[in-house]
Amino acid sequence: MTLRKNVMSLLEVKDLKVRVEEREILHGLSLTVNPGEVHAIMGPNGSGKSTLSHVIAGKPGYEVTDGQILFRGEDLLEMEPNERAAKGVFLAFQYPVEIPGVTTWNFLHAALNAQRKARGEDEISSPAFLKKVREVARSLNIPQDMLKRGVNVGFSGGEKKRNEILQMALFEPAVCILDEMDSGLDIDALRIAADGVNALRSPERAMVVITHYQRLLNYIVPDFVHVMSKGRVVKSGGKELALELEESGYAQFEDAA
Amino acid sequence: MNVVAKTETGRAVGDGFALVRDRLPGGGKIADLRREAFEAYERAGLPHRRIEDWKYTDLRALMREVLPLAPRPDAAALSRAAAATKPQLIGGVRRLVLVDGVFAPSLSDLGNLEKGLTIRPLRELLDAGDSALSTQAFAFDNSNPMIALNGAMATDGVVIEVADGTVLAQPLQIIHVASGGAPAAMFTRSLLRLGRDAGATLVESHLAADVATAYQTYNALVVSIGDNARFEHVRLVEDAFDAFNISSVNVSLGAHAHYSTFGLTSGAGVSRYQMTVTFAGEGSRVETNGVNLLNGKQHADTTLFMDHAVPNCASREAFRAVVDDRARSVFQGRIIVRPDAQKTDAKMMTRALLLSDEAEADNKPELEIFADDVTCGHGATTGALDESLLFYLRARGLPEKEAEALLIQAFVGEAIEQIANDALREVAIATAQRWLEARV
Repeated sequence: MTLRKNVMSLLEVKDLKVRVEEREILHGLSLTVNPGEVHAIMGPNGSGKSTLSHVIAGKPGYEVTDGQILFRGEDLLEMEPNERAAKGVFLAFQYPVEIPGVTTWNFLHAALNAQRKARGEDEISSPAFLKKVREVARSLNIPQDMLKRGVNVGFSGGEKKRNEILQMALFEPAVCILDEMDSGLDIDALRIAADGVNALRSPERAMVVITHYQRLLNYIVPDFVHVMSKGRVVKSGGKELALELEESGYAQFEDAA
Repeated sequence: MNVVAKTETGRAVGDGFALVRDRLPGGGKIADLRREAFEAYERAGLPHRRIEDWKYTDLRALMREVLPLAPRPDAAALSRAAAATKPQLIGGVRRLVLVDGVFAPSLSDLGNLEKGLTIRPLRELLDAGDSALSTQAFAFDNSNPMIALNGAMATDGVVIEVADGTVLAQPLQIIHVASGGAPAAMFTRSLLRLGRDAGATLVESHLAADVATAYQTYNALVVSIGDNARFEHVRLVEDAFDAFNISSVNVSLGAHAHYSTFGLTSGAGVSRYQMTVTFAGEGSRVETNGVNLLNGKQHADTTLFMDHAVPNCASREAFRAVVDDRARSVFQGRIIVRPDAQKTDAKMMTRALLLSDEAEADNKPELEIFADDVTCGHGATTGALDESLLFYLRARGLPEKEAEALLIQAFVGEAIEQIANDALREVAIATAQRWLEARV
């Protein structure tokens, strides 16, 4: 067991079947992600990409009818969303919510301490926390006064995405799921966000980049590309697969599914 | 059923009134006013749901009877009361403590009064004989049976006068403590008079010794705010969870005066707070903010009556409720704009957050507008915590209860932020925090 742990995958999705209300969205999806790898999941609208990200993060409203999701060999589906976060699973939301009345500072501090507490670590002191957040915020070009405002309240699309990356940098997760990070971003905002993500790539950390467009993958270059269609992975390959898709589109895979 | 309850209630208190007459201070005109008030109460009995104003808060069903008057606190009662107030002490305020409805000099701070400030126990004032001031303290509307009952039975209270031009630096605090003898009723009535250009901050706290159960507290406060004067008023109800708190405040404002008030109710099993604000002079402004934090089977009713009797005044009512378990929060807000009150600017907003399927929030906003050049409006929302916000917080590591607490804190925080006095704002935040921590 101890020996196996070293070669264990970080995230293993095995033959996952998921329903929302009465409709099956994922029909037996499998995906294996190892430390240090960046996987891109591409596919047309409605192929189940976001459903996969939601189920991994533990969003209520999805019924897993079959299959497994293992995180470092542990059954992720048995855990509450907050337990998954504390274990090192991070979902960067496609549409980060606005939370009026909760300042970004307070939110980040409470979340970080909740995760540390769940892992049996000491809480981070306020000065150490401030220093850490300031450093990360500076590297992402996030002004200090944004941190004093309500979470995402009045933020532009680009600022919201940068706030997601700020959290990613702060929580230091093992697996980052980026759900349509490029949606609603112009090219400059996209570049800043992608630089932030690239800075967090490391041999220990894996990323799953969910996107509709190949464009994002020019900035975050993946090791593997998976094409999803109708609730399954229909083709996997290297980064060149994304370029191929850009030329020929998704239609060929819709038939394959 | 109701008739029987009324008769029984009437008789019990009727006997009680006769029995305790000698304990009620004030002869002559005051004694007459008490008798009139008592007769008014007896005619009506405890209010019930068929009276429109009480339809959500049926005291006959909820309370059934008015308990006998609490005995004068003895040394043991005073020491229990002292222990109960200790954890609630607010730094830098002048404390005035009423134990079981009786002013307790030993627990109060009457030394070194600022120039222009006078404080007397109501009993002392009444024992000294009739005066304009004592008559003012009893000049209440007997059409409200609970106010009438309070007038008939009030044993004590504090009478505070702030002279013209005096702006008090130190906030005042009136603490009502139930010391926890046998279940009983306490009746208090206080008066605050602010002269022209005067200023004061008052916090009223209702609390109880640990051993106090099933008591009833009936309080009334009469406030007159002079021209150009300003009054900040905070009220914290932390009574025992099986206690009853029936309180009233009657505020009148002169010209260019400012009244701002914040109330937080997290205690008492059944509470009703009746607030009447009358604009008597032009150019004045009133802000009322209230928060109910309720769980278990608590029932809390806030009933406001804003009387725009003169032109060019503004009022803002913002009321928020967080209701869990099987608790019930009631808000009735009535704004009347009389024919002469042109250029009135009156707005009322209520928001309720329901944390369980069985929680209930009742809102009854009423605008009666008889002037044609006014800006008036009201709004109300009721709902559960937003699932998408909860999931976001949980996905960032916050356990469900903590995520809920953060959102509730944000919800009530916006109301608490309105308290201008730093120390009192901190106290309100701490009170809300205690409530939230008890949930987690």
